[in-house]
Amino acid sequence: MEVFAQQLINGLTLGSIYGLIAIGYTMVFGIIGMINFAHGDVFMLSAFIALIAFLILTSFLGIASVVVALILVMIIAMALTALWGWSIERIAYRPLRGSFRLAPLISAIGVSIFLSNFVQVVQGARNKPTPPMMREVIVLFERNGYAVALSYRQIVIMVTTAVLLAGFWYLVQHTPLGRAQRACEQDRKMAALLGIDVDRTISLTFVLGAALAAVAGTLYLLYYGVVSFSDGFVPGVKAFTAAVLGGIGSLPGAVLGGLIIGLVETFWSAYFSIEYKDVAAFSILAIVLIFMPSGILGRPEVEKV
Amino acid sequence: MSAATPLPADRPAFAATGRTPLLSVRGVKTFYGNIIALKGVDLDVNEGEIVTLIGANGAGKSTLMMTIFGNPRAREGSITYAGRDITRMPTHEIARLNLAQSPEGRRIFPRMTVYENLQMGAAVNGGAHFAQDLERVCALFPRLKERLHQRGGTMSGGEQQMLAIARALMSRPRLLLLDEPSLGLAPLVVKQIFSVIKDLNERDGMTVFLVEQNAYHALKLAHRGYVMVTGTITMSGTGRQLLDDPSVKAAYLEGGRH
Ligand SMILES: Nc1ncnc2c1ncn2[C@@H]1O[C@H](COP(=O)(O)OP(=O)(O)OP(=O)(O)O)[C@@H](O)[C@H]1O
Ligand SMILES: [Mg+2]
Repeated sequence: MEVFAQQLINGLTLGSIYGLIAIGYTMVFGIIGMINFAHGDVFMLSAFIALIAFLILTSFLGIASVVVALILVMIIAMALTALWGWSIERIAYRPLRGSFRLAPLISAIGVSIFLSNFVQVVQGARNKPTPPMMREVIVLFERNGYAVALSYRQIVIMVTTAVLLAGFWYLVQHTPLGRAQRACEQDRKMAALLGIDVDRTISLTFVLGAALAAVAGTLYLLYYGVVSFSDGFVPGVKAFTAAVLGGIGSLPGAVLGGLIIGLVETFWSAYFSIEYKDVAAFSILAIVLIFMPSGILGRPEVEKV
Repeated sequence: MSAATPLPADRPAFAATGRTPLLSVRGVKTFYGNIIALKGVDLDVNEGEIVTLIGANGAGKSTLMMTIFGNPRAREGSITYAGRDITRMPTHEIARLNLAQSPEGRRIFPRMTVYENLQMGAAVNGGAHFAQDLERVCALFPRLKERLHQRGGTMSGGEQQMLAIARALMSRPRLLLLDEPSLGLAPLVVKQIFSVIKDLNERDGMTVFLVEQNAYHALKLAHRGYVMVTGTITMSGTGRQLLDDPSVKAAYLEGGRH
């Protein structure tokens, strides 16, 4: 029971991060039908941007309040990562639009390799730690000598995720921007006939996906306290798994998938073996896809022209 | 925008007045890959007119409609709208020039509500006077009003057609392009849609370019018509003239008046 409660908290925290990354995969797939393999590395890059911004703000500019620093870090990381997302689409994907289907996929793998090598070269290959921060925990209850605790960091992660997802959902559902985005997803040709600049909307999708990945990157850094150039791969693949599990193309599906993957991973590590936690996450995916080929909240068939 | 006066259906509106047409297509050639679909089309639509284009399946009517919007792009020739050369303009910029299209196959956004589809139609004018325009199209198509929160994809074919026209109207177009608005509809609904088109033209002075399989109704409604055969305009004249033409009768009016 105590272990269960604790793992539930841990799993939801991790799942929040996966969910934020998964949205980037699912949105890009929804609008241009492409798996953006570089998205995991964009996430990793954003964690580095967050780390550098944090160090500059605290050591050089002397901002003492961790909360203020974190908010600023998140804004900076979102802005700069969004710029990266925008540039990647312009440079590596847009010129290939309309060419054969695998071309952007190959380009995405190239961008992924470029980003991790770039970070390795400029930041070094070793783990980069943050100074310790937000070490406080709230003990929820204690039984048989096992304390179920909720850390401040976990609260920050879950609350930030919830708030941003709510804002993001509003943006997609109720603003002209979001409508244009959904229109392009459903029928690009028609959207253009109605005066929507499709290229701009696709750019915007990358910008939004990258900004959410940057939130995930900042929260990841806060949670684990370290980041390395290779941290894009495994979280990236898991977030992609989450997007597929939830039903690729579906925004609520991406979040749900993220939470499920986070929970499966932490429960498996707690009850079975930590070495095989990744296998567990991927096995769930395989099983779900056998019975629900389009994912949990996915549409039965994706009509793409 | 002039031409608020009612125009009798059997007379050319401005065909002979020598004014520059609102839409002018000159020598347009369009290709799909290496296959030619339009072989040099010339066609004019004057302000205040209803002009119809008829032709058999695969003649190139929809291709012309889409070429006017730059997708596919004309490889040769020129298209002028309201005095501007739009031949090389991106589709979304053409759409912002006060002309709207209800394309072949309706192309309703299936996972958006009727209301959202109409909002998309109003996107070019940023939602200004949205409430007013919504009321107007709901008055034209009361069925839509009852179903504002239904998903587009779950509407019946006829309802989708009404929605497609309503969506095009939301931008307050000066020129409205309609590609087979009567396709697959019950005769009563066809009648209703044609009377809406007539009203828009007569009351609001809207210029309409109409592609139709239903040649009899279209020619009766239109001031002028064009006949297209495999990518070429073979005939043009007033609606009346074409209706009375024996070759048009034989080719497009078989089965008589329905
Ligand atoms: N996307 C495309 N790729 C290749 N060929 C096309 C494409 N669209 C149309 N065509 C061809 O171009 C020709 C003209 O087609 P179009 O759709 O313009 O005809 P239409 O007059 O609208 O016919 P219908 O009355 O059946 O709608 C046809 O031979 C068609 O096969
Ligand atoms: Mg057609």
